[in-house]
Amino acid sequence: MNIDSTLYQMEHLTQTFAALADPTRLGIVVHLAQREATVSELVNQFDLTQPTITSHLKVLEAVGLITRTRIGQSRPAKLALERFNEISEWIGQVQDIWEGNYKQLDALLAEMKQSQKKVKRKRKK
Amino acid sequence: MNPAEVTTPSDTTVIVRRDFDAPARLVWRAYTEPELFTRWCSGPPWSMPVCKMDLRPGGKYRWRWRSKENGAEFGFFGEFKELEKYRKIVHTQAFDQGNTGFDMGKEGTLITVTFDEKDNVTTVVTLIEYASKEDRDEALSTGMTDGMEMNYKQLTEVLIGEGNL
Repeated sequence: MNIDSTLYQMEHLTQTFAALADPTRLGIVVHLAQREATVSELVNQFDLTQPTITSHLKVLEAVGLITRTRIGQSRPAKLALERFNEISEWIGQVQDIWEGNYKQLDALLAEMKQSQKKVKRKRKK
Repeated sequence: MNPAEVTTPSDTTVIVRRDFDAPARLVWRAYTEPELFTRWCSGPPWSMPVCKMDLRPGGKYRWRWRSKENGAEFGFFGEFKELEKYRKIVHTQAFDQGNTGFDMGKEGTLITVTFDEKDNVTTVVTLIEYASKEDRDEALSTGMTDGMEMNYKQLTEVLIGEGNL
């Protein structure tokens, strides 16, 4: 793995998590997970002003979580599924990290159980 | 055993859950006896030259890792807040960047590890509480959610990189 791409990825993920950490933006993402939506639909859904919704969409778009297309006058927003796949892949990596040590703990515990049995056997003799 | 399950139940927390095929008193020993702890918390190229734990409320601990490959050192330290034998460990945790220059959040974390035994299987739940959302996201994005479960592989990649030394 190249160190620059690793650092870039970290930076990108930090921004992505920051973008998702806002309750309204998370709500928008959850809403868009069901179907794509226009700004006015989101305004009605979340009872916020159009500029507020637009600024939230900009944040989500900047980190690549959503894409916006143009259909006539409207610019419906939809989820960028590839980005979510990247995130779930990354969560998988975090799990692997914990697993690495936990597997060592599994091995250690198996050994501890084994040596306990030996002690017990010795005591019986 | 199923692999570790990582979740983020709120803005400032991370929970890691994992079952172990052993009674809680053995898992407890692996977490609290330095010679055992060192065995599962270190691995090539990381050795663990410092692993001190004063296991009582208010007692301090210090862990430090060292890379045999490039001499990089980092660690964690903190204070035990609550200890319930075979059941629960609560401790603070701060990052000691050693000579790595690696930053892991401005403030420390509060870590609660619980051991729940059922039919000789112990479920270990590690709750990590960060001081802020920013700290948590930073720690998460580096994949290093807890010093106990340090990501040797990833840290090695970051510190050494491929052909970057």
